[in-house]
Amino acid sequence: MIDRRLVENFDWGLFWVLMGIIGVGLVSVYSALYLQIQENPTGNLFVRQLVWLSAGFAVLFGTLLFDYHRLKSISLWSYLLLIFLLVLVLLVGKEVNGARRWLQFGGFQFQPSEFMKVVIVMKLAAYFGSQDMPAYPDLKKLLPALGILFIPVVLILAGPDLGTAMVVLAVGLTVIVFMGVRWRYILTAALAIIPTLYPLWEYVLRPYQKSRIMILFSPELDPLGAGYHIRQSKIAIGSGMAWGKGFLNGTQNNLRFLPEKHTDFIFSVWAEEWGFVGCVFLLLLFGFLVFLGLRVARRSRDRFGALLVVGMTCLIFWQALINIGMVLGLLPVVGITLPFVSYGGSSVITLCFAIGIIQNVSMRRYTFHTQ
Amino acid sequence: MAEKRKRKSTLQILKFSDNESSLFGRQYLLLTAVLVLVLLVYVLRLWHLQILEGPRYRYQSENNRIRLEDIPAPRGIIFDRNGIPLVENRPAYHLELIREDVADLEETVQRLARLCERDPQEFLDILESNRHRPRFKPVRLLADLDRDILARVEAHRVRLPGVVLQLEPKREYRWNGVAAHLIGYLSEITEQELSSPQFEGYHPGEDIGRYGVERAYQRYLHGRRGGRQVEVDALGRRMRLLEEVLPIPGRNIWLTIDIELQKAAEEALKGETGSIVAMDPRDGAILALASSPTFDQENFIRGFTREEWRSLSNDPGRPLLNRAIGAAYPPGSVYKPFLLLAGLNEGVISLDTKFNCPGFYFFANRRYRCWRDQGHGNLDAESSLVQSCNVFYYQTGMRLGVDRIAHYSKLFGMGTATGISLHGEHPGLIPTADWKRRATGVPWQRGETLSVSIGQGFNLTTPLQMALSYSALANGGKVWQPYVVRRIEGGGTGGADEMRGNLKRKVHMDPRHLDMVRSGLKGVVHEDRGTAHRAVKDKSLSIAGKTGTALVVRLPDNVNRKLHAREAKRRERDHAWFVGYAPADDPQITVVAMVEHGGHGSSAAAPRVEQVMAAHFKGVSREEDS
Repeated sequence: MIDRRLVENFDWGLFWVLMGIIGVGLVSVYSALYLQIQENPTGNLFVRQLVWLSAGFAVLFGTLLFDYHRLKSISLWSYLLLIFLLVLVLLVGKEVNGARRWLQFGGFQFQPSEFMKVVIVMKLAAYFGSQDMPAYPDLKKLLPALGILFIPVVLILAGPDLGTAMVVLAVGLTVIVFMGVRWRYILTAALAIIPTLYPLWEYVLRPYQKSRIMILFSPELDPLGAGYHIRQSKIAIGSGMAWGKGFLNGTQNNLRFLPEKHTDFIFSVWAEEWGFVGCVFLLLLFGFLVFLGLRVARRSRDRFGALLVVGMTCLIFWQALINIGMVLGLLPVVGITLPFVSYGGSSVITLCFAIGIIQNVSMRRYTFHTQ
Repeated sequence: MAEKRKRKSTLQILKFSDNESSLFGRQYLLLTAVLVLVLLVYVLRLWHLQILEGPRYRYQSENNRIRLEDIPAPRGIIFDRNGIPLVENRPAYHLELIREDVADLEETVQRLARLCERDPQEFLDILESNRHRPRFKPVRLLADLDRDILARVEAHRVRLPGVVLQLEPKREYRWNGVAAHLIGYLSEITEQELSSPQFEGYHPGEDIGRYGVERAYQRYLHGRRGGRQVEVDALGRRMRLLEEVLPIPGRNIWLTIDIELQKAAEEALKGETGSIVAMDPRDGAILALASSPTFDQENFIRGFTREEWRSLSNDPGRPLLNRAIGAAYPPGSVYKPFLLLAGLNEGVISLDTKFNCPGFYFFANRRYRCWRDQGHGNLDAESSLVQSCNVFYYQTGMRLGVDRIAHYSKLFGMGTATGISLHGEHPGLIPTADWKRRATGVPWQRGETLSVSIGQGFNLTTPLQMALSYSALANGGKVWQPYVVRRIEGGGTGGADEMRGNLKRKVHMDPRHLDMVRSGLKGVVHEDRGTAHRAVKDKSLSIAGKTGTALVVRLPDNVNRKLHAREAKRRERDHAWFVGYAPADDPQITVVAMVEHGGHGSSAAAPRVEQVMAAHFKGVSREEDS
């Protein structure tokens, strides 16, 4: 099944950049969980992260075994299955911090919204990749795509899981825009949406919902919650200065940092200990990853592959952008992990799958297909 | 055919491939541009934070610390109906330790133990159990310091970095033990409750209502805790206030009870086990709700030793039980007016019906006794109520049957929870044939209808239910949902929410029937042969009511009743009821007294009702004077 030519086209550059990011992640997670690791050297979250990464690599290489065109036929079914699971989460999901996100199967729990991130890309790529789809499709062809995108976004938003909904929306819109949307459509949509915002804000939203949104954009309105977190995050990042305090020397990290320091705020742990140099290094790694991903897309043989790769690349790009922007105090504080750096099982598996798809398309760029 | 299609599709793909770069070229460029732009912005931001502002943040991270401090919200005050505070807040100081700021933990603990006159090991144990909390979070060593310790610790605090005296409002009961069951008490929130969605936003160490109004109105009384972000120096001293969120105080609650009347009711119950309920029959407001024995609410604030708690919860007198709503007894003769109304309404008796009472009723080879061994002779309905003749009710009850009796009792509010907003209400029990078959598997026996007819047998009602039912007699058939809170002050808009009585249903009766029953109830007190005629001294109060005696131990057929009453051990004596309203012609208050093992209703319960009513009308006239 895998012949020599396929292996030759494996994108090693992309692979090594990924390894670099994962390395940064392991160093940061180790530091964030240092106290826990010292207390329990075998049964801690760092060890579990290693297990997740191994599983992630298994998924990554498993993805390479089949031709990505097969995804076209399963995309609809996996999409429908996930929609079903998202509804299920709303009905019977496990509640954590007031939000329903998790489904429990025996001792194993998982987050369907996480997998929606890749499935939405598959479904939209399959939709636009079909034969009779022209570039710059007209409204009749665009509306079903918007429908495909907005159903899961609304379901995730109802969780409520603003962060994941934002990522799914951003990724989906990127794929749609990439396919080509005429300017007049964009302008019309903007003109239609903007006037509805005011009545929505004034009459539909409840005061507590409004204040939640306000806090999102200006965390200092919630000085005991998000505002405090952002302030501590900025102190941690800033105190890293040019060269950082060194591995395991972060005081913010060890003393009193955020509850989510090993997940959402992992970037500030890295920034405190490795400074400006380390941060720029990590940003460049992400930049290369996206750049190499787009190169694979451009070289791919067909539209389905190109859209698939663009979607998967943008998934990583948007998620990194939103997470780092939040930690730097530039974007709203929503619960989003930093790809391959933050601790987290579902996230690692999904993102490894995304990388696997990119590699898959890269490997099969010279094979020809008739259908 | 197949070959043709294959070639066609191949052609299409090739066509796409040709156009590919021109098709998506602009989009690739756009995405790359966005990528570069974002990277640039982020690098600039990092430059700003780490290079330009870096030294400031480095200083903050090493020398100063940003901390969160709690500002507890004062709990709402509880007033009586006239605005007299029953429960207030007083400042309490807790001794807390922030380990991160402590120079020498061993030394500090030793000195603190000496200042507080405690065993240092006690503090070390607390610290050990909090080992996993972040070191910058305070650990509470001692709650609610007394004045001497507070003064000593305060004097030495400068030399004890990391030691904090946290101010927190604590409950103070103005009349400790009075209305304890109604007001309730608080205790600290448990670990388990903290993680439940009901208590989202609560912090460890906060007190929550456990009983009575404190529990039922927890949501309103609690308020919301505030906090502040402060910058502290290396010794934990506050340098600068960065942000502050003021606490939202809990809302004040005005009860429907009158504290003077409540005190009179508790005074009337002194030394007895039982309860008194006073209610306004015009709207269902509870004016007094007393249960005896009572308990010491302050104890819950101070905290119990294991020993104290065991002796309180195992006390055979069950002081923690609110007997007015949480205990149910056979109503005895207090039940009789409802049987009359049922009989009249169903047409099995009329206003002129007379039954002969020879002192017993003979059924199935058994004598069912009247309380008066020599019998009452020929009685009509009204006199049967005045003299509480059992035989009249045996006759009526047999004609009605158990299910029709139950129907009317339930209409008047017996046998179901009244819906008062307090926890621990006993629903009582009004038996039906169907109920007995389901509960015991044995069909209903006709003889049991006889017991039910005079309020004994399976019948169980709470004092509160009796207050409700008699209020319905007093006000012409309105069954209220009783309520204990008349006002909740300080909502989101700053105004107060006024509560009003909730009418559950109106029972429709022939006014002539009701008049007869009410005239009978008046006769109980005011006629020479009335069962409470001698017990109620002050006839000017114009009380109408009914005595009742709930059998605890059934008397064998041939025992001398009086002798038995004298000889019976206290625990075997009957429960005494009196339920009445006044003034008889324009009822303004309904009072129920239930004295466990009090003996007869007329001697043990009626004078207590009289006492409460006298206090009420004295209070009313005092109010009118001023």
